[in-house]
Amino acid sequence: MPILRTLLASTLLLALGGAVLTVATDGFQAFTSETARRLAVRRDPPPVPAVLLETQSGARLDLAELRGRWVLVDFIYTRCLTWCLALGGEFAQLQDQLAAPLADGRLVLLSISFDPAHDTPAELAAYRQRFRGRDGGWIVARPTSEDGLRQLLRTFGVTVVPDRMGGYVHNAAIQVVDPQGRLVLILDAGNPQAVAQTMRGKLP
Amino acid sequence: MRIAGRQRLAPAFAAVLFAALLLPPARAWLEGRMSLQMLVQIPLLIGVGWLLSAALPPRLGEGIARWNQHGISSVVLASLAGMFWMLPRSLDAAIGEPWMAVAKFASVPLLIGLPLGLGWPRMGFVVRGVFLLELIATFFRLGWLYLVSPVRLCNSYLLDDQQRSGEAMLVIGSLILAGVMIKLLWGRFDST
Repeated sequence: MPILRTLLASTLLLALGGAVLTVATDGFQAFTSETARRLAVRRDPPPVPAVLLETQSGARLDLAELRGRWVLVDFIYTRCLTWCLALGGEFAQLQDQLAAPLADGRLVLLSISFDPAHDTPAELAAYRQRFRGRDGGWIVARPTSEDGLRQLLRTFGVTVVPDRMGGYVHNAAIQVVDPQGRLVLILDAGNPQAVAQTMRGKLP
Repeated sequence: MRIAGRQRLAPAFAAVLFAALLLPPARAWLEGRMSLQMLVQIPLLIGVGWLLSAALPPRLGEGIARWNQHGISSVVLASLAGMFWMLPRSLDAAIGEPWMAVAKFASVPLLIGLPLGLGWPRMGFVVRGVFLLELIATFFRLGWLYLVSPVRLCNSYLLDDQQRSGEAMLVIGSLILAGVMIKLLWGRFDST
């Protein structure tokens, strides 16, 4: 009875393949890696590695020192003419909208450059200046080692692709790190009101 | 004679093609663009598996055929594996995660190419028709999606690359459709 055997084989393959596809798409919720990374951090928040950074003033900052505060993290490079411009403007707006928690240290804004070879402290300071960003709670920094940068991109799930015009394209978003130093939430860039509202709900 | 010769040569050709695709410069080039990974590298890996089907020992082939009437099991397996490798996150992961790269180089030949190679000669008019029309529809659906999507579906690839891939998929879908039409209008058919 080849037709019955074929029916049996096809049914088994269908069940097995369906199971694999269910797992591979997180139950048909995540078809892209961007959706997948957002689901994954909500389900199982990864600890942010203790990477050493150099800030716009030239000071050293270990990411572990930011424990105990909420941190909004974005990834940028200062030569950027597209997404990071939007992100920079957004952080400047968040400085106004979340002025109180930023002033008393419950919250920090942190922009991390993924182009540390070019983005010296002077460039980082100029980047913040360009958006009229103030000193109040907005740190712009670069990793001090290639390894540190790799660890950060991997933990945060950020992929940087050269854009063939000398710049980069990356999956821009606003990442939320909780006071325990865990990446708990990834928010869309381009909507500072929504980010401010979400953070007001989380801050003590 | 000709079939015997082909059977002898097929595994050697498959091995050479597979080795060439594994070469780091070939991988870097083909995986550097979405269109090349999706529409050149993966189809060539399918070709590797298809060629292997000619090299299968006849007894094994007959054994499988008893579970594969009209090539239906082949179509089911190849479609499911094909769906997996059509997910944008699979394409991303095949570049970023070494174990997914291994999975791609193993599963695309063995779970798509090989079953199609084994099943195609057994498929009648209806099964081939269903398979080809679904393939054409998939190219049109995904091609359209990749062409109009304003967001990047793969974090590893640029938006304009994604749009070029979409255009290429619409062209490939149209070519397969044209091929089917020509066959329908002027071709000759076996009775099944």
